[in-house]
Amino acid sequence: MSFPESIRSIYQAQLADIQHAGIFKEERFIHSAQSADIEVEFPSGSELKKVINMCANNYLGLSSHPDVIKAAHEGLETRGYGMSSVRFICGTQDIHRELENRVTEFLGTEDTILFPSCMDANAGVFEAILTSEDVMISDRLVHASIIDGMRLCSAQHDTFKHSSMEHLEEKLLLHADKRLKLVITDGVFSMDGDTARLDRMVELCEKYGAMLLVDDSHATGFIGKTGRGTHEYCGVFGKIDIITTTFGKALGGASGGCVSGRREIVEMCRQKARPYLFSNTIAPVIVSGVLKVFDILSANTERRDKLEKNAAYWRKGLTEAGFVLREGNTPIVPVMLFNAKLSQDFSKDLYREGIYAIGFFFPVVPNGQARIRTQISAGHEIHHLDRALDAFIRVGKKYGILGLTKDQIIEKHGL
Amino acid sequence: MEEMNINEMKEMVLKYVIKEYIDDDDVTITYETPLISSGYVDSFSMVSLLVFLENKFKIKIPPSKATPEAFDSVNSIVALVNQYLEK
Repeated sequence: MSFPESIRSIYQAQLADIQHAGIFKEERFIHSAQSADIEVEFPSGSELKKVINMCANNYLGLSSHPDVIKAAHEGLETRGYGMSSVRFICGTQDIHRELENRVTEFLGTEDTILFPSCMDANAGVFEAILTSEDVMISDRLVHASIIDGMRLCSAQHDTFKHSSMEHLEEKLLLHADKRLKLVITDGVFSMDGDTARLDRMVELCEKYGAMLLVDDSHATGFIGKTGRGTHEYCGVFGKIDIITTTFGKALGGASGGCVSGRREIVEMCRQKARPYLFSNTIAPVIVSGVLKVFDILSANTERRDKLEKNAAYWRKGLTEAGFVLREGNTPIVPVMLFNAKLSQDFSKDLYREGIYAIGFFFPVVPNGQARIRTQISAGHEIHHLDRALDAFIRVGKKYGILGLTKDQIIEKHGL
Repeated sequence: MEEMNINEMKEMVLKYVIKEYIDDDDVTITYETPLISSGYVDSFSMVSLLVFLENKFKIKIPPSKATPEAFDSVNSIVALVNQYLEK
């Protein structure tokens, strides 16, 4: 027995603090497959409620696509359930390499290495390719997994103001003496739904001899004309040194991620990245499903085109209703409420109306920028969006925020 | 560099902090405002402040002293700088 009351009470106090701060996270149990219409048990033990899902990363609506499920079944039958080994001992199947090649082709890079998740890809890549002689210069709003990965790396670290190319250039000049410079950004920023200025970043990196890493987890499969990602959207396809991305969002939504980029960098990850070396890779059943996803995406752009139309429809509806939105051109549409409590109350009322959308507030987003983040899917039909919009308008009226500016909402509800 | 009094130093550091880290015009930063613990400056972004201080005051602050606590307000930053100026 090494867990006496004295230790237990320390954790109980910490958990009470989290609850007191209003940031205690609770899971909602979904009893159906992931899709636009789901059945949810919340709070735990309550009756199931049918709701429209407005907060999944299921951008292309492929999470429960019959062809993907069928391919996963076939993979399970032919390649088994698990590998019981890391990649470099006896944990690599032909389909792992096949998927790496498919990703390389899709993203327009030189090579790819799979990781158990994109979190793991980001945790492993920096330490594998940089040393204390080098510098990482990241956008201030990059994803938490990148921040964790950078913490594990001995290279110096600096940041530039969100999407400020002038500030990035200052930082590239400031660190001109470093052996290697790596500029780091998200392709699409998950909380705001805005897009990195990759065209300008490529120019700056070329000018100052820096490498560029883009986490395109919220873009791969649907951003750009053929869905290749933010680099396609910005006209710099084939010019990004390192792309990290996930299979846990648009690309079937199960799990897994990768580092894709320059051949030597991928090889360095294969030799040194710890999440690759010390963890099993993606299970065969998921690899088989993701391969089918790439078949679907290569056949036509129907799904990403529908997603684009849905997102434009949703954004237009909310704008006309008088909500304050974050500017953007992606399926991530944040409805700004500014006040943390309002974001939580709003989300609860939406749920009562049959709409599942989550309120985010500090520290997940900056102080005073609380919001409901909505995420649109190709799995949504217009009737889903119309129903969701009606609910948003009813709840918006209840709190008297329709047609108000940012300052007016803050004046009414406080910060 | 020319001799600076403590208030001039604070003013210079405050100006730099606002220019480098604060995007929101609504935010008011004073000498006492907690910078890191309030989320205005993340610990990763401290390196540019360190380089600024070292260049401006011609000092060398050891990495072990450049802690989030020491960098948490303009007052504490200037106190840290003073330790190395005096030597």
